Amino acid sequence: MRIADRVERVPPSGIRRFFELAEEKEEVISLGVGEPDFSAPWAARTAAIDSLERGRTSYTANRGMRELRTEIADHVRRYDLDYDPDEEILVTTGASEALDVAMRAFVDPGDRVAVPQPSYISYVPGVVFAGGEPLAVPTRVENDFALTYEDLTNAGAEDAEQLILCYPNNPTGATMSRSELAEVAEFAVDHDLMVLSDEIYAALTYEGEHASIATLPGMRERTVVFNGFSKAYAMTGLRLGYAMGPPEAIRAMNRIHQYSMLSAPTTAQYAALEALRSCDQEVVEMRDQYDRRRRFVLSRFDEMGLDCFEARGAFYAFPRCGGDDERFAEELLRQEDVAVVPGSVFGTGGEGHLRVSYATGLDELRTAMDRIERFVDAR
Amino acid sequence: MDQRRKILDLLLSNARESTTDIARQTGLDEATVEETITELEDDGVVRGYQAVVDWQQLADDDEHVQAEVELNVELDRETGYEDIARRIVKFPQVSSLRLFSGDYDFAILVEGESMHDVSQFISEQIAPIPEVTQTVTHFVMETYKDRGIVFGDRDDDDRLSISP
Repeated sequence: MRIADRVERVPPSGIRRFFELAEEKEEVISLGVGEPDFSAPWAARTAAIDSLERGRTSYTANRGMRELRTEIADHVRRYDLDYDPDEEILVTTGASEALDVAMRAFVDPGDRVAVPQPSYISYVPGVVFAGGEPLAVPTRVENDFALTYEDLTNAGAEDAEQLILCYPNNPTGATMSRSELAEVAEFAVDHDLMVLSDEIYAALTYEGEHASIATLPGMRERTVVFNGFSKAYAMTGLRLGYAMGPPEAIRAMNRIHQYSMLSAPTTAQYAALEALRSCDQEVVEMRDQYDRRRRFVLSRFDEMGLDCFEARGAFYAFPRCGGDDERFAEELLRQEDVAVVPGSVFGTGGEGHLRVSYATGLDELRTAMDRIERFVDAR
Repeated sequence: MDQRRKILDLLLSNARESTTDIARQTGLDEATVEETITELEDDGVVRGYQAVVDWQQLADDDEHVQAEVELNVELDRETGYEDIARRIVKFPQVSSLRLFSGDYDFAILVEGESMHDVSQFISEQIAPIPEVTQTVTHFVMETYKDRGIVFGDRDDDDRLSISP
């Protein structure tokens, strides 16, 4: 059977092997998970149940329920983002679908797409599936993994058509302040780059406030912002996200979305509507718990002598493991039954690091950190 | 949030949390955590530490019975709620006593080894108190949640062990 070249070009995910290794073991404590350990707020779940009981099981408008788009428009004003629910918001099946649709809508064959690294593992394949050429832009721990004008220049990003951003960042936990983003915005304007800004972890910002690049001068018209309900509202399995951008960008994305997904899951849209209306407090409580665990994990890495970048967002720590990260992760898993993800699977700049998710209860986290300490001491 | 509240939140979710781990999670130093806890205890904010027990999980011969008892009382010039409360709290069978607004005045949680124990205690010790005009006893048939902890909730983590 012939498989399309662009699919063949994308190797299997680097985390696949670790997933299989972890699955072989029975009593693994996993710090390899990229999703909350909480369940969606109960009010959101009851809204989903209620929608099913009422038989609301048909398609919605392609762009998503208008009520939900209006609520999203209200919600994102907290980040100084102002979008018209009728023209500038598209509700999608997770932020992942929004990103996939965006790449297909904006990337022409051969277009270069700048991807800061380390980064979420789906960006590079997404670019390739869209026919584009990913351009790795390494970020550096010395700059707190923030992207700089210099990084973009050094990587040759002036020839790129698009730039993907993800702050707060998976896997590093890095955030970017408004002034740091201003440099990136300047580069995007100077070299006429479109920016795809994945802000799915915006609500999980622990120090400072989340800043969106779309709020900087000259950026709104060249940026599409992505967000969703998976991380902040612990709704990963409900698969609901959204994209916001200028009308022509959202129209183009919707053209693909309407032929592929038609509309995001209706049940999930009702859950999301309720989440936005009444679950702010739950988000704050979850964030507070992540924050405590973050401090705990950073402090334990510090005590065991593993140099760890001070993550300020998302729910990942990104310590240096001092050597081959894949081997470290594999041996840690085999010897101590603790699963973490080697940093190198997240691209250039991730080598020698580990992604350690603290979206795990404190008791398990404590045991896992004790085991990592024992493993480090024995090396 | 002030540091007392931060520490209280952690103690509320796990009173056995070590001061070292509280320090790690709050970013405070250990000495400050210890001092604050001592202060909270000395000020009477933290009144004690107890396990939340699911009695159903114990062997059958360890019977444990709880009853919520509503009390109505009649006050006079000489006797106030405080006086009645002071008398009731002294019984070891009473694990909590609260004054309520509404249809009844006090609610007490009574614990014993059998329904007979509890009934006898109420009829012989509580009902005869001169100011008590009525008691209504509700035996606890099942506990689903106590002090924020859901009982019987032993769901395994069903997330994939590694995910993006």
